[in-house]
Amino acid sequence: MGIIKASKLIYDYIKRDEDGNPDGTRRAVDQVDIDIEAGSFVAILGHNGSGKSTLAKHMNALLLPTEGTIWVSGKDTSLDENLWDVRRTAGMVFQNPDNQIIGTVVEEDVGFGPENIGVPTPEIWKRVEQSLEAVGMTMYRHHSPNKLSGGQKQRVAIAGVMAMRPRCIVLDEPTAMLDPNGRKEVIRTIRELNRAEQITVILITHYMEEVIEADHVYVMDDGRIVMEGTPHEVFARTEELKSYRLDVPQVTELSWQLKKAGLPLSDGILTIDAFVDEIMTLYKKP
Amino acid sequence: MIRDITIGQYYQTDSLLHRLDPRTKLVGTLVFIVSLFIAGNWLCYALAAVWLAGMIRLSRVPLSFIVRGLKAVMILLLISVGFNLFLTNGETVLVRFWIFRITLEGLRQAFFMALRLIFLIMGSSLMTLTTTPNQLTDGLETGLGFLKKIRVPIHEIAMMMSIALRFIPILIEETDKIMKAQMARGADFETGNLIERAKALVPILVPLFISAFRRATDLAMAMEARCYHGGEARTRMKPLVYETRDRMTYLAFAAYLAAMIALNRIF
Repeated sequence: MGIIKASKLIYDYIKRDEDGNPDGTRRAVDQVDIDIEAGSFVAILGHNGSGKSTLAKHMNALLLPTEGTIWVSGKDTSLDENLWDVRRTAGMVFQNPDNQIIGTVVEEDVGFGPENIGVPTPEIWKRVEQSLEAVGMTMYRHHSPNKLSGGQKQRVAIAGVMAMRPRCIVLDEPTAMLDPNGRKEVIRTIRELNRAEQITVILITHYMEEVIEADHVYVMDDGRIVMEGTPHEVFARTEELKSYRLDVPQVTELSWQLKKAGLPLSDGILTIDAFVDEIMTLYKKP
Repeated sequence: MIRDITIGQYYQTDSLLHRLDPRTKLVGTLVFIVSLFIAGNWLCYALAAVWLAGMIRLSRVPLSFIVRGLKAVMILLLISVGFNLFLTNGETVLVRFWIFRITLEGLRQAFFMALRLIFLIMGSSLMTLTTTPNQLTDGLETGLGFLKKIRVPIHEIAMMMSIALRFIPILIEETDKIMKAQMARGADFETGNLIERAKALVPILVPLFISAFRRATDLAMAMEARCYHGGEARTRMKPLVYETRDRMTYLAFAAYLAAMIALNRIF
């Protein structure tokens, strides 16, 4: 069993009429089975409303399953006594950088999580320093979060989660509100954490470019997992991805179009380098 | 334009007063205010004036900064002086016209009241000028910790204050954005009488409130995700610790209060 495992997970939102009385339900997550290995980089892709954020919130016990079970490092999230363990194991970073920073100074915000879990003062300082270092924000430690760019704020948010020493970080569309530079900055930080600190990363996104280097990709549509595999395997099924209203990376799209036009290219080309290689081998062939 | 508004008027410099524990400053300010209400003769006010001047000197905050704070309460000051001047009964009548009389006692009372208010405002603005809003909430939380015993949710109140402080600039920016969006669509905030202008603000307030509530929900979720569960079993990154300078300040303020009481008794 991996660090996060879900079995037959179902979550129903309760719809309410104008007076607040329950009026039917909407199934946001439907019969989801996942098994995420510790130390891996997993991406969950999906269109808006596909249920990916709802699934993410289950990994931190912010939402509890209607049916089925989800275990975080072997602990059932629906049991009250596991709540704080689950939240310490799986940290969470949200979409809007402004709405998740609590402190008025960068270092104080990073210290907020450790303060909550009762870490002694000298240890908090050590963790704050290490976390800021890990995301490359040490030089901004005395700044006000309001003066930082979106990408920097997200890095502070990531440091805030890191300071709690989680084994796993769930990032719920961390780049959706950022400009391209900020997006690159955040993705680079996440990858670095995954590689250098062996933190399990679960990245929820709808940007295809961000999942190319993931170890495993899940695609969600209408609450269900509809595709899974390595990025290479998933992107090879370009047509299927399109039917779930997802766009493949530009270079994958180009090679797919060329292949359709008759060029003997392989499926699921993810990077420009791989594409150039393929074209060159074709070119050199007599 | 709207972004220029600053809340909390902290004056950034390094001085003894800046370095003091916020709790010390809170208690000190309280002692000073109490002393002003004890004061009943000229000598007492002279002592208070010397004490305040000394504090201002120690704080390294320019006097003009502190005087500026008085402008806001000028009207209140004039009203209370007026009341004391005209409504105090006394023996020696100095001026009499129509139904008003100004007596010597009234004049004295009014003058003391003015001094008392001016000192009070200067003294308390000296505290806010030398303490960051954050330190202030920290000081309140730790200093009023004993209230927890009678079930006052002091940690929660302090947390609300510091979150409010954090979101003031964000909401100001948002107001600015909404105003510009409305102006781009022809909204007019600058002409018309008071009622018309107030009405023009409704289309700003509604989206602002909705977005503030959405932010609040998001923030609550983010705090929960980071294991926030109230003040119980919480440690602090920057705990407040009394230093020698704080102890000395407490002693100095105790001596000051004693002197004030003595002066008031003897003369």
